Amino acid sequence: MTGLKLFSRRILPQLVTLAVVVGLISIMFPGFFEISIANGRLYGSPIDILNRGAPVALLAIGMTLVIATGGIDLSVGAVMAICGAMAAWGITEGYGLGLTLLMALAAGLACGLWNGLLVAVLGIQPIVATLILMVAGRGIAQLITEGAILTFNHEGLIFFGSGSLFTIPTPIIIAIVTGALVTLIVRRSALGMLIEAIGINLRASTLAGVNTRVLLIAVYMASGLCAALAGVIAAADIRGADANNAGLWLELDAILAVVIGGTSLLGGRFSLIASLIGALIIQAVNTGILLSGFPPEFNLIIKAGIILIILVLQSPTIRTMVIFLSPAPVSQADTEKQAVNQ
Amino acid sequence: MPQSDASQPLLRARGVRKIFPGTIALDGVDFSLQAGEVHALLGENGAGKSTLIKCLTGAYRRDDGDILLEGASIDPKGTLDAQAYGIGTVYQEVNLLPNLSVAENLSLGHQPTRFGMISGRRMNADAREVLAQYGLDIDVTRNLDSYSVAVQQVIAIARAVTLSGKVLILDEPTASLDSHEVKMLFDVVRSLKQRGLGIVFISHFLDQIFEISDRLTVLRNGQLVGTEVTAEIDRVKLINMMLGRELEQEVRSHGKHHAAAGEPRLSFTGFGRKGSIEPFDLSIHAGEVVGVAGLLGSGRTETAEVLFGVAQHDSGEARQDGTVLSLTNSRQAISAGFGFCPEDRKTDGVIADLTVRENIALALQAGIGWMRRIPDREQKAMANDYIRKLDIRTPDAEKPVGLLSGGNQQKVMLARWLVTNPSFLILDEPTRGIDVGAHAEIIRLIEELCAQGMSLLVISSELDELVAYSHRVIVVRDRQHVAELAGYEITTDNMVRAIAAPEREAVH
Amino acid sequence: MISKKALVGAGLLASMLMMSSSALAQTVGFSQIGSESGWRAAETTLTLQQAKERGIDLKFADAQQKQENQIKALRSFIAQGVDAILIAPVVATGWDSVLEEAKEAEIPVILLDRMVDSSDDLYLTAVGSDLVHEGSVAGQWLVDELGGKDCNVVELQGTTGSSPAIDRKNGFEQAIEGHANIKLIRSQTGDFTRTKGKEVMESFLKAEDGGKNICALYAHNDDMAVGAIQAIKEAGLKPGEDILVVSIDAVPDIFQAMAAGEANATVELTPNMAGPAFDALAAYMKDGTMPPKFIQTESKLYTQADDPQAVYEQKKDLGY
Repeated sequence: MTGLKLFSRRILPQLVTLAVVVGLISIMFPGFFEISIANGRLYGSPIDILNRGAPVALLAIGMTLVIATGGIDLSVGAVMAICGAMAAWGITEGYGLGLTLLMALAAGLACGLWNGLLVAVLGIQPIVATLILMVAGRGIAQLITEGAILTFNHEGLIFFGSGSLFTIPTPIIIAIVTGALVTLIVRRSALGMLIEAIGINLRASTLAGVNTRVLLIAVYMASGLCAALAGVIAAADIRGADANNAGLWLELDAILAVVIGGTSLLGGRFSLIASLIGALIIQAVNTGILLSGFPPEFNLIIKAGIILIILVLQSPTIRTMVIFLSPAPVSQADTEKQAVNQ
Repeated sequence: MPQSDASQPLLRARGVRKIFPGTIALDGVDFSLQAGEVHALLGENGAGKSTLIKCLTGAYRRDDGDILLEGASIDPKGTLDAQAYGIGTVYQEVNLLPNLSVAENLSLGHQPTRFGMISGRRMNADAREVLAQYGLDIDVTRNLDSYSVAVQQVIAIARAVTLSGKVLILDEPTASLDSHEVKMLFDVVRSLKQRGLGIVFISHFLDQIFEISDRLTVLRNGQLVGTEVTAEIDRVKLINMMLGRELEQEVRSHGKHHAAAGEPRLSFTGFGRKGSIEPFDLSIHAGEVVGVAGLLGSGRTETAEVLFGVAQHDSGEARQDGTVLSLTNSRQAISAGFGFCPEDRKTDGVIADLTVRENIALALQAGIGWMRRIPDREQKAMANDYIRKLDIRTPDAEKPVGLLSGGNQQKVMLARWLVTNPSFLILDEPTRGIDVGAHAEIIRLIEELCAQGMSLLVISSELDELVAYSHRVIVVRDRQHVAELAGYEITTDNMVRAIAAPEREAVH
Repeated sequence: MISKKALVGAGLLASMLMMSSSALAQTVGFSQIGSESGWRAAETTLTLQQAKERGIDLKFADAQQKQENQIKALRSFIAQGVDAILIAPVVATGWDSVLEEAKEAEIPVILLDRMVDSSDDLYLTAVGSDLVHEGSVAGQWLVDELGGKDCNVVELQGTTGSSPAIDRKNGFEQAIEGHANIKLIRSQTGDFTRTKGKEVMESFLKAEDGGKNICALYAHNDDMAVGAIQAIKEAGLKPGEDILVVSIDAVPDIFQAMAAGEANATVELTPNMAGPAFDALAAYMKDGTMPPKFIQTESKLYTQADDPQAVYEQKKDLGY
């Protein structure tokens, strides 16, 4: 079987889910696909989904790598707040755009390094290790903003939130470029395979000579860097750093995106593209709810309901049922598994 | 005792067929089990033993054939259903819950209740009573994982017998037991046989099969080769049935004469680690196989781990061709040209979900670093090369290695190290849990590698095997290297004598 | 004898002097919740400022969102024998025993901006804003501004189920009731945050014909309005003209928007709760005047006519 065929089979469930969600929205809201150009920028609901989904998509990129090693990073929402605050502080203190961005990204890397050290060197369980920064992170962000929303008016920084390049909103470009770059790096180098090896069997990987400690630290730093990008976008979007609310609960959306993307929380095989589609599915659901005009009391119930349906449809049991019902075997692996195990 | 009773068998399979896409796993196999009989099931990996068991217990749907229990046709829908019919199964990996107490494990699913609440006192009392029948007097309130695998195995058997009570299927129960433990297990099996149970016994250890079984059935490539009374068959004939070819009889009864001379390639002096292995001296020449003999837990695996830097040594020094070598972690060992196939393939060896190709490339890739990926084409060529050289049975290099049989996984592990072109290879129980054919191939491979000038350290609990390929044998007891045998001194008897402490009785 | 009398007289005088000095409430303890929002920070700043102006020695304790810290602070104030206590209680329940201790020590307690569930004889008074009233001031402004013109309003609610969201919604609806020209066409939560305010406004604009169908936005707080204003601008519309913007809180950033003509009105939730509290305290200390049990702060309406730039300058350093 060719790689391309395998790949399309891998992301097929996610693509179908996205199509169904988008289809439902367009039935409810017929004007959904209308895209125009306003203020030199693409304008329309599909663009909103991509644009609003960009921060979670960025988080999901880092989260996918962390989860592939069998870990989890709960701190990304708080890291977003720290890096957003760092960016707002830098720009209002007059450090200039370049230095400000460097400081914000460095803050994200530092947060990742901290998480990585706790996990890889001290051997603290990832969920506990990253919980520390999840709780403390907002406090650090508040120290930077001094408790208020730190507003700025620097056009250069604002560009990262609400600017556009060739009519495409900047956050979309950042998310796509980051996704493509990370995919390229992990799949063109041996990084992807080594990360998967760690996630499947840490001890065996160490015994095979994989530098598991450094790789673990590296994935948490990658996650911190992605969170920093998302934090800068979120702050630039509202022209201010909101230490209390920036990235609030987004770590959960990012984890959900990875899960919808079909990467096991136990670690191992991962697909960045599928995680990105997962992030889009979540944002499509959010945007759909907003467009629907239901009272806000229903938001969470509707979202939970849709996510539940998606996850149930992707569950192994239902998948096997689908295989039984459909004449063409979708999962050859299962039957092969039995054949070899005889 | 209804042994070899000519009347109706307890369990009978007639013309059982199971087809997987591309292969016929079972091709009309007949099998019968008498009450009060231990019936061994043999065959190479892939011969159809597991498939037959799974068809008998309903884990697989068979495509054709009948299963009769006490003459009545049955059709179990799954292992629970089979249990209800009286057929219980115990697997090599004890599938109980390690973090529950022994008593809880025994009663799981049918806990005694009192006013709707689980009665802990009755549960514990019941558990003690049940285990007493198996000669086990242990604290049933302690967690299962606080006991050895052997004890856990007996507990699993006790649970299976309590739940089912007619047929007991033991799938490689002795694979991870030492000889004491095997003896304990066999006592249990014999007493169950006395009670009239029919026992199906699967094992790779021919000695054990000759010791415990009354009859044996051999499968090969999904077909029945034959059923024989154990007492009427000899070793050579049995191996013949299994392999379908004459295995060259190993005539040598003592080790090779020590041929290596000159400066050793590697020398370890005062090497050790507190609490795991006492400081030892060891030197290995190029083209030399050093065997390590000892009982489970004697310090033989610890020796390997400290040499490979898995556990950091806290005394002594290592020299390679005369220069001091730093060995504080595995990566240093690997860059010094070491390789290590650990004893527990599943947890320490293969990366189950990665493909055969990725598993083979892993150590080499890790050594090169993540930046310079070995191109797909090279990885494939490398994998295919070793699939052919080591005769790894897999449809292709892209199969997840976890789906291969134990012997083939072991070959993948060997391939992983061989592609790094090591000068020193440590093999910890390379032939454990693998079938006779693969066994012979691995022994041949060890000799080949040695002839090519590689230095090997091989740990094995099969003493015959050590005799066959070792130039020297180190005997480990109580976390100490207690003896070193060379050349003509290497005999099974000498090793047994060294393993057994002088003040104690001999083990064998 | 005479000297004795004189001494007694002097003692009397001294004690009278002491009484008058205590009537000025020299020392007041202030237990603040923390600094979870800009408004809270401004409240702290203004309280310190007000105390300074009145020559009051203010003992400040930050509870960092924890009730046990507040109770500890109150006990320490009582032990120090302060003249009065101001407290912004973090939660409503669990205050009875410590308030009773203050009462036994005859130290008056004044609640700031939040209420407690204790009996009202345990505190002197409570100073706060009426959330429903704030909503109706905003609604009334829109009614007056439109003067009978037809108008479709979209609403950005606060966090679903929170009392400011419920009360500010009710107040607004009361004010526009009976004015058939005003229709509330969409209402969705923006969680009181800028990000969500912007995102929800984007969807409102898409859903209502690119915003052409919307004539006014009512936001439960200024932060959501600030976010929404950006969304309106990015959609190619002019906030403040194409879509009227009215919100509540009067934080500095909304005054900048008003100065730029992008927002139209805001209703102040004053952070100066301490001013009225100190006034009531002074009156009580002076001649025992009992204040009412609830002192409602003014919900002042600010529009573009109120020199928003000047208000911004005045407010920006309060710590919002």
